[in-house]
Amino acid sequence: MTDTITSMSVSAALKSPESAARLKARYRAEMRFRFYGRAAIGIAAGILIFLLSSIVYNSIPAFTQNFVGLDIELAQDKIDPNFSNDTEIIASADWQGLIKASLRREFPEVNARADKRELYDLVSSGGGDWVRDFVLDNPQSIGSVVRISVPTSDDIDLLIKGLIDRTLPESDRLVSNKELVWLDHYTAQGRVHTQFAWTLFTSGDSREPEMAGLSGAFIGSLLTILVTLAVSFPIGVMAAIYLEELAPKNRITSIIEVNINNLAAVPSIVFGLLGLAVFISFFQLPRSAPLVGGLVLSLMTLPTIIIATRASLASIPPSIREAALGIGASRLQVIFHHVLPLAMPGILTGTIIGLAQAAGETAPLLMIGMMAFIVDTPTDITSKATVLPAQIYMWANNPERAFLPKTSAAIVVLLLFLLTVNATAIYFRKKFEKRW
Amino acid sequence: MFNSKLITGALAAVAMVGAAQARDQIEIVGSSTVFPFATTVAEQFGRTSKFKTPVIESTGSGGGMKLFCAGIGLEHPDITNASRRIKGKEFKKCQANGIDLTEVVIGFDGIVLANAKGAPQLELTLEQIYLATAKKVPDPNKPCQAAWCEPVKNPYQKWSEIDPSLPAKKIEILGPPPTSGTRDAFQELAMSGGSKAYPHMKKLKKTDKKMWKKLTRTVRDDGAWIDAGENDNLMVSKLVANPDAVGVFGYSFLDQNSDKIKGAVVNGTQPTFDNIAGGKYKISRSLYFYIKHAHVGTVPGIQEFVAEFTNEKAFGEEGYLVPKGLIPLPAADRDAQRKNSSSLTKLAL
Repeated sequence: MTDTITSMSVSAALKSPESAARLKARYRAEMRFRFYGRAAIGIAAGILIFLLSSIVYNSIPAFTQNFVGLDIELAQDKIDPNFSNDTEIIASADWQGLIKASLRREFPEVNARADKRELYDLVSSGGGDWVRDFVLDNPQSIGSVVRISVPTSDDIDLLIKGLIDRTLPESDRLVSNKELVWLDHYTAQGRVHTQFAWTLFTSGDSREPEMAGLSGAFIGSLLTILVTLAVSFPIGVMAAIYLEELAPKNRITSIIEVNINNLAAVPSIVFGLLGLAVFISFFQLPRSAPLVGGLVLSLMTLPTIIIATRASLASIPPSIREAALGIGASRLQVIFHHVLPLAMPGILTGTIIGLAQAAGETAPLLMIGMMAFIVDTPTDITSKATVLPAQIYMWANNPERAFLPKTSAAIVVLLLFLLTVNATAIYFRKKFEKRW
Repeated sequence: MFNSKLITGALAAVAMVGAAQARDQIEIVGSSTVFPFATTVAEQFGRTSKFKTPVIESTGSGGGMKLFCAGIGLEHPDITNASRRIKGKEFKKCQANGIDLTEVVIGFDGIVLANAKGAPQLELTLEQIYLATAKKVPDPNKPCQAAWCEPVKNPYQKWSEIDPSLPAKKIEILGPPPTSGTRDAFQELAMSGGSKAYPHMKKLKKTDKKMWKKLTRTVRDDGAWIDAGENDNLMVSKLVANPDAVGVFGYSFLDQNSDKIKGAVVNGTQPTFDNIAGGKYKISRSLYFYIKHAHVGTVPGIQEFVAEFTNEKAFGEEGYLVPKGLIPLPAADRDAQRKNSSSLTKLAL
């Protein structure tokens, strides 16, 4: 009886106009909050989409490259005068000279010195490499005239892609009227064609945009990250296990804890200065080497790994430890047989986040000489190398216009690299994940 | 275990290279202005010689000198690039560390003030540039006394306030940061140079050089000058987006972007290749590199690299550095530099 009365009075109170108004106001507040939340997500997503799409859009021209087919006379006396068939002698021939001869033959009317120089600028100054590679692959072609595709110079490439407007007056255009005529001569004969720009992935850095590639920086990044992983992962996990599971809780360990947390907030350039002073000046390790880069970045990554590992160790329910101890396992067995495997997904996540951060880092590497012009692809952790973000920075600073799309393309490659790393992490996390 | 193997591997690698190893690759540091030229030569050198391609770091002129003068030994660089001459202090430090060096001048670089192609053509004098950029300028409201003008905080907000012939637009200059050699050269050539229009400043230079330097080389910090990147493609797009803005950078950037931006006329001279090469354009400087004698012969290829750099086909009038934006020296000077560098003439200051 009393129940009905209370419920009746409550429902009566709820039906009062004041109450209805309050209810409405509360719903409105919720609606507003939802709207703010959606707006916040929308703005964040919008900025991200804008950023990504502008980078991807700008990078598109860098993924294709234009070639022109030149009729090149592979004269025996110019390539291998003594019929030695020695690849070394053949490789050191004046390939660029053969290209120039071919251009001169195509346009015999070009005589003035300045005009000839302009004519030679039609094709890449590294075009000789393509001719050389062709001849080394087809040695029987020596002595004949062969049509070989060589890359156009960067400005011609931009013109064909429409990034240089050919309708502009000559003074405002990077390509002269003469060059347009010569190019049109080849285009009319169908000898200019567009290909996927393999150079971007197969060659090292170059000052000629049409020759520049990411292979050196990519391998450099990979080597650096491997060193970072090899150093920071075992040390970080061991330190975290000791601090979380075994260390006595006293003043010293709490000081260490506070310091580790602070270390995570230290600006990365400081680690670079430290690396310069310790690894290069004191231990005399080589400058610009992935070894030193990896060591510096592992200093930076260590706090992240330690903090993440401790957090995931702490999240394992005590019942698991107690059960293992209860059936007679030692402390070490509890940790390595039960707690650590269960904490692995969390540890891996932390490690990958740390590594991804390290892979995108440039400031500390500036100090130890990894922001450098390096043409050769590194072969081991002590050879000179640069990394992807450093390469992006250097390309962005080059005056040649064609480096603009290249820079965006390098950013796309770096993003894909990071995405792959993160995807691997997620895969392993899912694989090791156990439920209790 | 897997991890312990990795650790041993890493430690072994550290131990292996711990002892400074022989180096077969030239190491170059220094100016970011010389960087595009040095890298081009290095690439050409690596392609055509039997030596490895030199490694080049862009550390800025000052940073390069610091590394270069730190000592003799394979952990130190062999060559440093500079967009200004070595300073007395730096030379002394080099000497203190037993370093003998050879100076090579490779060419000129003009510093240009440029704005968007669609914006009005700027015609400036060095004096106007000084008035637009210095933190303290002679008071425009008080006529100068014969001997002295009181410097006041820069009051000019619009170009037209400096001179009615200039556009009535806000002064907005994007320039290189203080660490840059381009900035040093701009301050020295354009600002200090412009202050010479005032007799009292000329006199001050003789009587109190420190004060004169401070007055003429301090860039205003009230927002009219913005430290932007140095030689940055981003700057070109900023100029295109904002027709009122004026950018300060090396000639090669103007050359590469002549369809988007145009250079301001300074003291009646266009910043063109010929005007800079002929010394008519006032804001231009020499570019240098320095060779460490003790490393010649120890690190293979240094002399050959220097020979490649000073070859006519590189830094000559029709050399491959010219399309990269280098402005070559006169022929006689090029011959002198070639002789100097091949005989490793010791620099004495």
